[in-house]
Amino acid sequence: MLFFSFFKTLIDHEVTVELKNDIQIRGTLKSVDQYLNIKLENISVVQEIKYPHLSAVKNVFIRGSVVRYVHLPAAAVDVPLLEDATRREAANEARKRNEK
Amino acid sequence: MTDQGDEGANVSEPLDLVRLLLDEFVFVKLRGDRELKGRLCAYDSHCNLILGEVEETIYVVDEDEEDEEPRIESKKSEMLFVRGDSVVLISPHNE
Repeated sequence: MLFFSFFKTLIDHEVTVELKNDIQIRGTLKSVDQYLNIKLENISVVQEIKYPHLSAVKNVFIRGSVVRYVHLPAAAVDVPLLEDATRREAANEARKRNEK
Repeated sequence: MTDQGDEGANVSEPLDLVRLLLDEFVFVKLRGDRELKGRLCAYDSHCNLILGEVEETIYVVDEDEEDEEPRIESKKSEMLFVRGDSVVLISPHNE
């Protein structure tokens, strides 16, 4: 849930998604879901010469499971807020375990 | 389980050790002969991570030159989300 919410705050920002097959796709983040599937618009492939497969494609849906990294714009990330949210999520998980 | 409430000091699970590394420099080993060093900003129970000031090291083995040393590639990224299914281990980074 934490990362789902986090990616929602990045909607309309430029990100670079690096896939597990090494292709890097840069584009505008348009939507994300609970599986961290990602929709990018106006994409370009970073090493276009090496990976020409997508040169005619403008918009993509990327299955979350094939993502290795997402390179983020540091200016769009509030680090203290993220750390607080992470601690809160960890505390929630611990509480759920204790209730069982 | 152990005592409830004071989650700040409670270390009863492997991921609690990762919580203590928040805002610290960590070393992350990944699948595919990759390693990352960076400041841990966020994580969840899948080991999805966000790292800041990241340096990635990739050990590339050329297929045609089998006994050659692996070539080392280094890349930098200011802020990086790492999907948890690639993560092998997370450890404090001391230099």
